[in-house]
Amino acid sequence: MAIKKPTQLSLNVASIETLGTLDGPGLRTIIFFKGCPLRCKYCHNADMLSFEGGEKWTIDSLVTKCIKYKNFYGENGGVTLSGGEPLTQQSPSLVLLIKELQKKDIHVVLDTSGFPFSEEVLSVVDLVILDVKHTDKEAYLDLVGVPIDDCLKSLEYLKKIGKPFWVRQVIVEGITDNVTQILKLKELAQGAEKIELLAYHKMGVNKWKTLGLKYPLENIPATSKKTMDKLNALL
Amino acid sequence: MIMAKATNTNQTLFPMWEGFNEGSWQKEIDVRDFIQKNYTPYIGGDEFLSPISKKSEVLLKKYEDLLLEEKKRGGVYDIDTENIASLLSFKPGYLDKENEEIVGFQTDHPLKRIVNPFGGMRMAKSACEAYGYTISPNIENIFNYKTTHNDGVFRVYTQEMLKLRKSGILTGLPDAYGRGRIIGDYRRVALYGVDMLVEHKNKDFLELEKGDMDEGKIRLREDIHRQTAFLKKLKGMAEMYGHDISKPATTAKEAIQWTYYAYLGAIKEQNGAAMSLGRVSTFLDIYIEKDIKAGIITELEAQELIDQFVLKLRMARQLRTPDYNELFAGDPTWVTEAIGGTGTDGRTLVTRTSFRFMHSLYNLKPAPEPNITVLWAQDLPENFKTYCSKVSIETSSIQYENDDLMRPVYGDDYGISCCVSAMTLGKQMQYFGARCNLAKLLLVALNGGRDELTGESVGLDMEPINSGKLDYDVVLKRYLKYIDWLAKAYVNTMNVIHYMHDKYAYEKLQMSLHDTVVERLMAFGIAGLSVCADSLSAIKYASVTPIVDETGLITEYKTEGEFPKFGNDDCRVDDIAAYLVKYFYEELIKTKAYRESVHTLSILTITSNVMYGLKTGSTPCGRKSGEAFAPGANPLHNREKHGALASLNSVAKLDYKYCRDGISNTFNVSPSYLGKNNATVQKNLSTILDGYFRSGGHHLNINVFDRETLLEAHKVPEKFPFLTIRVSGYAVKFGVLSTKHRQEVLDRTFFDKG
Repeated sequence: MAIKKPTQLSLNVASIETLGTLDGPGLRTIIFFKGCPLRCKYCHNADMLSFEGGEKWTIDSLVTKCIKYKNFYGENGGVTLSGGEPLTQQSPSLVLLIKELQKKDIHVVLDTSGFPFSEEVLSVVDLVILDVKHTDKEAYLDLVGVPIDDCLKSLEYLKKIGKPFWVRQVIVEGITDNVTQILKLKELAQGAEKIELLAYHKMGVNKWKTLGLKYPLENIPATSKKTMDKLNALL
Repeated sequence: MIMAKATNTNQTLFPMWEGFNEGSWQKEIDVRDFIQKNYTPYIGGDEFLSPISKKSEVLLKKYEDLLLEEKKRGGVYDIDTENIASLLSFKPGYLDKENEEIVGFQTDHPLKRIVNPFGGMRMAKSACEAYGYTISPNIENIFNYKTTHNDGVFRVYTQEMLKLRKSGILTGLPDAYGRGRIIGDYRRVALYGVDMLVEHKNKDFLELEKGDMDEGKIRLREDIHRQTAFLKKLKGMAEMYGHDISKPATTAKEAIQWTYYAYLGAIKEQNGAAMSLGRVSTFLDIYIEKDIKAGIITELEAQELIDQFVLKLRMARQLRTPDYNELFAGDPTWVTEAIGGTGTDGRTLVTRTSFRFMHSLYNLKPAPEPNITVLWAQDLPENFKTYCSKVSIETSSIQYENDDLMRPVYGDDYGISCCVSAMTLGKQMQYFGARCNLAKLLLVALNGGRDELTGESVGLDMEPINSGKLDYDVVLKRYLKYIDWLAKAYVNTMNVIHYMHDKYAYEKLQMSLHDTVVERLMAFGIAGLSVCADSLSAIKYASVTPIVDETGLITEYKTEGEFPKFGNDDCRVDDIAAYLVKYFYEELIKTKAYRESVHTLSILTITSNVMYGLKTGSTPCGRKSGEAFAPGANPLHNREKHGALASLNSVAKLDYKYCRDGISNTFNVSPSYLGKNNATVQKNLSTILDGYFRSGGHHLNINVFDRETLLEAHKVPEKFPFLTIRVSGYAVKFGVLSTKHRQEVLDRTFFDKG
């Protein structure tokens, strides 16, 4: 059997959105990778948690796909790797995908929780959107099911190498919506190009139900604009 | 005569031309040259724009009251049943004389409609009757002695043409009403005055005395005779309002008024489905800037003139039958005005008046008319691009067409006829050909020539392909045979229609505002392209088995398995769509078109996608009998699974080379899908336009709102009197659509979060 070229190695893709405007600058093709080790209580892509299923896409085919949308990338658009948790993909393959895209002059954003920490990937992408889900160690573990360490390590590393990064966090009533927590986030995010607070919404609930799972935040309402305005004012 | 001897080339021939840069436009009829030598490109933003003036505000209020009354009266305010459509048949009309800076209505009262029996008496009569009016016996009597366009066509239609028409494979043919689509170069009246235009026509007339009198020459000489007669009537029409338009316009106010008179004359004479305005804003800007510089008018007054002009255009009315409204919903008139674009010398054609025109959507509130069409070029000024996005987001009233694609074909002084059809102003005209239902033709082909709904033969009989799993190659081969047959019949049908329209309902005034020797385009059309592509894809990639009734007629299809669908940027099916278009076009050009016209093709449905759907049985792609088609070249409703750009990419693969009459795409998107704040949404929308057009896309209607807003407006239309949406090459007030049409709009793909 012939040995596969590295760019024929495949990655596990849950879906591809051709018009992404919310995850990174400009118009972006969003590749949602399948599988995530975190179990965030508010996960709105519950269908992407499992590592099973998904579609195998070779690096070549992903690059070909993204090039089709290059006309739409404009001054600052490009590709965003999201998921699931993109860092759980085989890191040599992921790194190769990033490099192949960059060879075509495509700007690559990594949308990640920082878990598991990956120096190889963080160092090559053009911009990292790091989701710091909570700033308190115990609350973090409780909310997402894995320790905060990799997230913090990723953050430190990004600062150390001077990589452009954004920090984001989902604001959930009673969990992340307190002032101290936000101020802590602001402090942690020093050096970030941008801090984005995202209002918790309930659009992902049905996905849990479809999968036959119990939704952990059943009784918590979507975060109000008022709360968001208040917290945004702190930043 | 002023024009008699132009010995000194540097001499200004008319005092009205003083202050303009000289050019060949002074010796020949050449509006483009005048524009190029005199316009001022504008790259700034919208900060200079003025609010509505006091006078316009008064007029707007009166207009809105009339609109309400029109609605109360069932959609028609009044009909003049005594006079026949022409330029001098109606006394002057006013909305509020004291406050009107720009004057002129089709009849003696705003919104009162004209009876136009030249296209066909039956249509005119039934339109009157539908609204409770009776046509005057006097008019009926006159037309007892006159052949109409409709009479002429039906005298010579063949059996085959009648069958194709009856089955609905050819529909919406302009054989009973004015064909429209012709754009007079209305600016000529303002720049030259009527006398000089007549003089040039007379010169052409004399030129045609040389040589033998063949049929073409005789016809052209008679055409010119009719043109000059109507130019003189136009002068008479303006005189009734107290204006002498024999000479060029001097001021901005006159330039707008003269231009409007020319357009008004055209819509008094003709009731064509689409009567576009052309491309007047940059032309008028020259006069406006000159007057502002000279201190004759202020910015507020400049905006007032444009607002009042636009208000007049919004009040154009034509008398239609309810059947007609099925095809073209919302009482549209397609007063299409093309704005922007880039000149062949690289300078932007955007001027301050491009902004002023669009700004009328704020001063006068959003509305479908005039049909504002932005000619999008990659190098349009950034400020203008941002402004367009803003207007789209806030009004959903404008459409976009790819100037970089059209400019190499039509130059930089073309207009858009109706929705998407480009033509060089004053140099090209179009024979409108409605469209054929290619999706229905596929069903007919499988049924060996029988209509899938009635079982009747539509003209070409063969053995049906109706048992067992359909084989792609067999089906395609059969389908192409039917396309060959239809293409030929379609061209021949059009030849009959336009021969007769030229003979009995010739557009005298509009053609007088063209060069005497024009290029003629014959515009054919396709409906149901995405249905055809998906159906063939289903046959190729899934398993499709026909289900027949006792007579062997296929009434349903059993489709099992997955197949690629148009709208997902998947070449397996997109290539089928592109191939069909190319194939059909290449078949069309094999049959000679009337009067040496050039064949063109569009993929556009207006709102007839609903009616076409009704008349088409179930299709192999899973679409059920009677369900609406997608509008224009759009993918079928909700079949796009890979986001908006995948959908746009699929449509962009259809090659403009074969569709020079336009490829219409309507795009609905929720603002939250486009970004997190206004500035981002605007920027992203303009980046989408750049991307679509860079990829070769031709036309894009953009609607930016939440589906919830539409649902609400569907339930309580009165709450949203100004909600304007782009449907397919034109805009409508959502509330005036029929329930069926509103439902179809709601069923369309909405790109939204999650």
